[in-house]
Amino acid sequence: MAFLPRSRTARRRLVLFGVAAPILALAVGLTLYGLRGSISYFYTPSQALTAHVAAGTPIQLGGMVRRGSVAKQTDGGVTFVVEDHTSHSPVVFKGDLPDLFREGQGVVATGAYDAKGVFVANQILAKHDERYMPRELTKALKAQGEWRGEGQTPAYGAGNTSS
Amino acid sequence: MTAEFGQFALGLALGLSLLQMVVSALGRARRNAVLTGAGEGAALAAFACVTIAFGCLIWAFVTSDFSVLNVAENSHTEKPMLYKVAGAWGSHEGSILLWCFALTGYGAALALARGLPWSLKALTVATQGALGVLFIGYMVFASNPLIRLASPPIEGNSLNPLLQDPALAAHPPFLYAGYVGLSVVFSFAVAALIEGRIDAAWARWVRPWALAAWGLLTIGITLGSFWAYYELGWGGWWFWDPVENASLMPWLVATALLHSAVVTEKRGALAAWTVFLALCAFTLSMLGAFLVRSGVLTSVHAFAVDPKRGLLLLGILGLAAGSGFALFAWRAPLLKDQSAFAPVSRESTLVINNIVLAAVTTTVLAGTLWPLILDAMGKQGGVGAPYYNTVVGPLMAVAFLILPAGPLLAWKRGDALGVTHRLGLAAGVAVLAALAIFALVQPRQALAAFGVGVGVWLIGGALSEIFERAHAFRATWRESLRRLGGLPRGAWGMSLAHIGLGVFVMGAAYEGAWKIEATEVLSAGGHLSLGSYTLTLDAVTDRLGPNYDAEHGVVRVTDPGGAVVCNATPERRTFATGGQTTSKVAICPRGLDDIYIVLGERRMAQDGASAWLVRSYVHPWVHLIFLGPLLMGLGGILSLSDRRLRLAAGRRRGAEA
Repeated sequence: MAFLPRSRTARRRLVLFGVAAPILALAVGLTLYGLRGSISYFYTPSQALTAHVAAGTPIQLGGMVRRGSVAKQTDGGVTFVVEDHTSHSPVVFKGDLPDLFREGQGVVATGAYDAKGVFVANQILAKHDERYMPRELTKALKAQGEWRGEGQTPAYGAGNTSS
Repeated sequence: MTAEFGQFALGLALGLSLLQMVVSALGRARRNAVLTGAGEGAALAAFACVTIAFGCLIWAFVTSDFSVLNVAENSHTEKPMLYKVAGAWGSHEGSILLWCFALTGYGAALALARGLPWSLKALTVATQGALGVLFIGYMVFASNPLIRLASPPIEGNSLNPLLQDPALAAHPPFLYAGYVGLSVVFSFAVAALIEGRIDAAWARWVRPWALAAWGLLTIGITLGSFWAYYELGWGGWWFWDPVENASLMPWLVATALLHSAVVTEKRGALAAWTVFLALCAFTLSMLGAFLVRSGVLTSVHAFAVDPKRGLLLLGILGLAAGSGFALFAWRAPLLKDQSAFAPVSRESTLVINNIVLAAVTTTVLAGTLWPLILDAMGKQGGVGAPYYNTVVGPLMAVAFLILPAGPLLAWKRGDALGVTHRLGLAAGVAVLAALAIFALVQPRQALAAFGVGVGVWLIGGALSEIFERAHAFRATWRESLRRLGGLPRGAWGMSLAHIGLGVFVMGAAYEGAWKIEATEVLSAGGHLSLGSYTLTLDAVTDRLGPNYDAEHGVVRVTDPGGAVVCNATPERRTFATGGQTTSKVAICPRGLDDIYIVLGERRMAQDGASAWLVRSYVHPWVHLIFLGPLLMGLGGILSLSDRRLRLAAGRRRGAEA
C-alpha cells in the first residue's frame, strides 16, 4: 500500500473521507431526487387561477369550505367547494373526512386539478385542535385582508354567499 | 391558595436555579468545595420547588379548580380522573412545567451523582442551572401555568378529546423525560469544553445519561406513534409530520451519540465528534419544542400553538445552542484523539453508523424546514412523505447492512474474513427469508422482500454475536450456558436493541407494502370485502359514555370459510363540551396482524336508509412495528442496569481517593 500517505493521522483522515464521501454523496443525491418529485406548493383558489396551475400537478389547495356546499355521495365520495375572497374551486374527495372538517372553516387539501378544473383531493389535512389553523392558510387569508383573528371564520363564510 | 403557593414555588425555583448556576461556577473558579456543595444543594431545592408547583397544578386539575386559567381551559368536571391528571400537561403552559420538572429532576440526579471529578461536576451542575434559569424564567414570565382568573367559570373547556387516551396520557412524560435527559448530556459537553479535556472517563460518565434519555425517548416516540395509529383512525403509524420529525431528529442524534461515545470511551477517539453530537442532541430537542409549540410549520398534530411565545422559545434555543456551539468552535481544537484505527475495525463500522445517522438527521431536518426555505423564496409549500421514504430508506439500508459486523469486529484492526465466516449463517437465512417472501407473498414486491430480509439479517446478526460470545457449537452446551450467564448486561442490552431494530424493520417493510384498505358506505346488514375477510355491519346503536355520546357500530368480521373472526365495535363519539367528534377505532388482532375498522360519518344510502362510511384496513405484521422499538427501549434499560457502568465509576473514585 505504498500509495497511502505515510503519516498515521493522514492515513486515518483518508480512510474517514473514503467512508464518508460515498455516503454523503448518496445522501445529497437522494435528497435532490426526493425533492424534485415531492415538493408541492400551496395555493388558494384565486392564486391557483392566476398561477395557471396545470392539470395533474400535485399541489396543496387551501381556503374556506363554502357553507352548504358539502355533498356526500353514496359511493363514499364527497364533494365540496373551497373558496377564498375572489375565487372558488370544486373539490372531490373519496374517503372519510377528518373529524374536524366543518363547513365555513378552513381546510387544506392535497391533490391535483383534473382537466375540467375539478380539484381531486387525495388527502384532506386533518387537525386535532379546532382552534388550529394551518399557517399557509392564515397567511394567504391575511394577505387578502380576510383574516379576522385566530379561530374565527372570515365574514363571507357566514351564511350562504356567492363569490 | 394552592395556585398561589405553586406560583411562589416557581419563583423560588427560578431563584434557586440562578443560585445553582452562579454558585457552582464560582465554586469551580475558586476551587471551593463549600460553594460547589451549595450549588448541588440549590439544584436539589430547585427540583423540590418545581415538584411542589407541579403538584399544585395537578391538584388544581384533580379538584377542578376553574379559577386557575389553565384548568378552566383544559379540564372539565365530567372528565375521567386519569385525564384530569393528564390534562396538567396537555396545554402549552402545563407541558413547559413538565419540561422544567424533568430538567430540574435531572439536575437533582446530577447533584446526587457520585464518582465524577469535582470540577467537571461543578461545571455540569452550573450549566444545568443555566438551562433551568432559561426555561423556568420563560415559564414564570411568559407561560405561567398557575395564573388565576378574575371571574372563574362554572365549568371548564375540557381537554381535546383526542388527547383523552391512556397512551397519550403517558406519551408526554416519557417523551419529555427523553428530550430533557439530553440536557444533561449537553451540560456535560459544555462542562468538558470549558475544562478543555475529554477522555475515556468523560465518555463513560456521559453514557448512562445518554442511554437513559435515549431509552425514554424511544418509548415516548413509540407511544406517540401507537396513539396516532389507533386513536386518529387514519390507518397509519408515521406520517412524516413536522411534529413527528421533531421527535425523530433528537432520537437519531442520541443514537449516534450512544455509538460514538463507545468509541470515545474504549479507544479515546472521536472525542470532538462525540461532544458535537451531545450539543446537537439537546439543540434538536429544543428545536422540537419550538417547532411543536410555535406553529411555524403546518402540522397535523399541532396542539396548544402560540406563535408569539414560540419566538421566545426560539430565543432560548438560540441562546443555549449558540453559546454551546460557540464554545465548541473555540475549544474543540484542544480535543485530541488518542488512537488510530484500520479501515476494517469496529471503530470504522461505528463511524459509518454515525455518518449515516448524521446524514439522515440532516435530510429530515431539511425536509422539515423546507416550507420555511420556500417561504424565504416567496413561495408556500412543502415536501411530503415520498421525499422522506426516498431519502431515509436507502441511507438507513447502508447502515443496516453493515450493522451486524460491528459488534463482531475487533477494535483497532478487525478480521474481515473471520467475521464473514461467522455471519455466513445469518446472511444465508436472511437471503432465504427475502426470497421466500418474494416468492410467496402476492402481489410481488422486491423492495419490501429485501426490507424483510434486512430485518432478518439484523436479528440473525445479533443472535450470531451472542452465540459467538457463548462459544456455541464449539464448546459443550454446559460451557456455553455458563458463558451466556456470564455475559454483562450491557452486551445483552445491545443485542436486544439490535434485535428490536430488526423486528421493527421487518414490520415496517411488510406493513408498508402489503397493507390492504377498503372503504364503503354500508347500511345496517351491508357488507364489504377486505382482502380475504368479509366485514358485515350488523347494527349501529346509540351509547352514552362518561363525557360523550357515541354511535356504537357492531361489525362482524368473517374469514373466507365463513367463521367469525371477531365482532368489532368501532364508535363515533361526539363530545358535548366543544362539540368535537372523534372516531374510536376497533382493532381485531390476528397473530401479528391487525384488522382495523373505523366507523365514519352517517349519511344516506341510495334507498334513503341511514348508512355509515366504514373504513377498514388489514395491517399485516403491524405488531412488530411497535414491538421492535419497545425491545430497543428495554435493551437500553438493560444496559443501564449493567454493573460495569457503576463499578467503573466506583473504581475510578477509589483510585482518586
